[in-house]
Amino acid sequence: MSDQAAASQRRHEAGRTHDKAPGEPHEEMSELTNGVRNYLIGLGLAALLTAGSFVISETGLIYGPVVPIALIVFAIAQMGVHLVFFLHLTTAPDNLNNAMALAFGVLIVLLLIGGSLWIMSHLNHNMAPMDQMMQMQH
Amino acid sequence: MLGRLTLAAIPLDQPIPLIAAALVGLVLLAVMAWIVFAGHLPYLWREWITSVDHKRVGIMYTLLALVMLLRGFSDAILMRSQQALAYQAPGYLPPEHYDQIFSAHGTLMIFFVAMPFMIGLMNFVLPLQLGVRDVAFPTLNSVSFWLTATGALLVNISLVVGEFARTGWLPYPPLSETAYSPGVGVDYYLWSLQISGVGTLMSGINLVTTILKMRAPGMTYLRMPMFCWTALASNLLIVAAFPILTATLAMLILDRYLGFHFFTNEAGGNVMMFNNLIWAWGHPEVYILILPAFGIFSEVISTFSEKPLFGYRSMVMATMAICLLAFMVWLHHFFTMGAGGDVNAVFGVATMIIAVPTGVKVFNWLFTMYGGRIRLDTPMLWAIGFVVTFTIGGMTGVMLAIPPADFVLHNSLFLVAHFHNVIIGGVLFGGFAGYTFWFPKAFGFRLHEGWGKAAFWCWIVGFYVAFMPLYLLGLMGMTRRMQHYDDPTWHPWLIVAAVGAAIILAGIICQVVQLFVSIRQRASLRDETGDPWNGRSLEWSTASPPPAFNFAVLPEVHGEEPYWGIKQRAHEQQHLDNTPDYEPIDMPRNSPTGFVCAFFATLVGFALIWYMWWLAIVGLLGAYATFVVFAWRNRVEDVIPAETVARIDQANRRARARALETLEVAS
Repeated sequence: MSDQAAASQRRHEAGRTHDKAPGEPHEEMSELTNGVRNYLIGLGLAALLTAGSFVISETGLIYGPVVPIALIVFAIAQMGVHLVFFLHLTTAPDNLNNAMALAFGVLIVLLLIGGSLWIMSHLNHNMAPMDQMMQMQH
Repeated sequence: MLGRLTLAAIPLDQPIPLIAAALVGLVLLAVMAWIVFAGHLPYLWREWITSVDHKRVGIMYTLLALVMLLRGFSDAILMRSQQALAYQAPGYLPPEHYDQIFSAHGTLMIFFVAMPFMIGLMNFVLPLQLGVRDVAFPTLNSVSFWLTATGALLVNISLVVGEFARTGWLPYPPLSETAYSPGVGVDYYLWSLQISGVGTLMSGINLVTTILKMRAPGMTYLRMPMFCWTALASNLLIVAAFPILTATLAMLILDRYLGFHFFTNEAGGNVMMFNNLIWAWGHPEVYILILPAFGIFSEVISTFSEKPLFGYRSMVMATMAICLLAFMVWLHHFFTMGAGGDVNAVFGVATMIIAVPTGVKVFNWLFTMYGGRIRLDTPMLWAIGFVVTFTIGGMTGVMLAIPPADFVLHNSLFLVAHFHNVIIGGVLFGGFAGYTFWFPKAFGFRLHEGWGKAAFWCWIVGFYVAFMPLYLLGLMGMTRRMQHYDDPTWHPWLIVAAVGAAIILAGIICQVVQLFVSIRQRASLRDETGDPWNGRSLEWSTASPPPAFNFAVLPEVHGEEPYWGIKQRAHEQQHLDNTPDYEPIDMPRNSPTGFVCAFFATLVGFALIWYMWWLAIVGLLGAYATFVVFAWRNRVEDVIPAETVARIDQANRRARARALETLEVAS
């Protein structure tokens, strides 16, 4: 609270009131209104993306084979909305740790999932599937 | 009511576990009776069990590790003697008991010796080195410790009630599935690891937050002591890797309890997926263990060479490179699984690459020693022993990273020799170096040097005698985990290995004696100033043992090796810095939350192992209620008045001023 007040004070003095990341407080609005407003925007976007996914998959609005790709795009956008509006990930300097942690986490998940898929696909290619192996025993 | 728990669960027909358990039980009872009748219980409860002080929690972690080391080592003695006797003979351990022993040995040594040893030292040292008063979440810290203790307790209960896993320290399916392991052994393994795994994960989050958020003024990242850097890397690995372990074991639990088919042979299960996932955690795990040890050696070698660490920045780079590469090599644990040449080549090369930053570290340590004024105190002996031993272990690791060589050596005693070479020579020696190095800081008196040196020589000689024969046996084709064998050429080497284990036993006895002798002679071993080794980082700038608040005034850091700078300044000015203005200090209140949570977690674990569903529900509700009570607490902190702070700090300042005068007179 006092940190944020001091931070906004500093910004005011530097005359950089225009450069703001989502989740940072506006001086002219109370903290509560601002917080609620941000959560509402986030909720709206999240609901829109969810509804959008159902619409494109249930109706023939877009070209059929593209639907999975569209769903992936919507899912990634959904993650972005959650990170920015609900988990308050910003580009502010005091948020560097969070951004680094996110990057590290994403890297590990990609390594784990990508690596596992790669290893297991080669394994399945080289070895007979397990149900066939079991039949061979009989 | 009691699920599948009946009287038959207690192995009345097997004398060895029963006698061992009876002995341990008697010792425990005697200790508890002494505590209660001597009136130490209130003190123990107030000052230790409910303590959220990072120093106390760290000491308890280390104590847990040392006690479990005795348990794990007795398993090792059993295995070595069994193999020495079992040439064309059944030996004295029946196969189903022998299988439990090697499984329990591995599980205990990794999860309840190496892990708490390293986490305990990090807990104790990190806030002191960073110049702050506690970790980021003190009560969470206490919860982490007690959950780890719960896991250790469950493993030890399995000695008398039921059985332990016979699957090895990693329960590979399909052997660990209900079809092949219907008993409670694997369930003991699963629940003790799930519960202690939660503790480890929380401890990792806690320490990462402490390092990133709670440093003394002026302590920038590149001014942190090396141990803080390696601890940061290690805890980042904990945060990233332990969820993989929890998820993998949770899938095995679903298989065993609810009839799922993640890792079964039939119904679309895939046993290979377990190997893949468990090693995606398992390889980072070995770096979680070794990185803090690297940090300890960096501190020890620089202190006892009286030189700043050589190549500090390259050391930081090497540490962070290992942190990342640790996640890219896990397949080398199952080259023979059948993923083919392309996959094996990539992971083999990646494994060889990870040896490069480790090599950078070894050269940095050597160059730190080069031209230094080396003092051969016990911590330094462990460090030099480590450099030699770990390099040999690392080399055999690079050999195993060559897939064709691995096809020959996989699952042989060569592999067993390799990982003992790096874990004993690296992690355990690191733990012992840190234990000797920081013991005076923790308790205010040094450990006895003579017994410490004797322990070191027994350990290092015993290690080589016990494990070098295993390399040979591996090359001769002996596989691991053999209960008996018929090959006459193996027998002499296994007798040599058993002799080595006996020499290590002598080392452990020396360490126990060392502790007793040091406590008895504590007056003559007293550390008056708080700086017994002529140290360089901030933990030596406060009293030994440090007051609850660590630092009367948070230190201002102006460069690397802050305490060395303070000392240089005092020498130049011929007096200490001016007396600071003391202010009252807020310290977190002690809380029984950790202990109570762990009590309920023990109930939950035991109930789930034995299918006592009502008790599991009781335990879960109890743990949740504990959390609610803690969340609704009114008072968070106690205030230590400025006068008390001043009184405690003045006593230490007087001791330091005296030491400075003596130095001035001497020069």
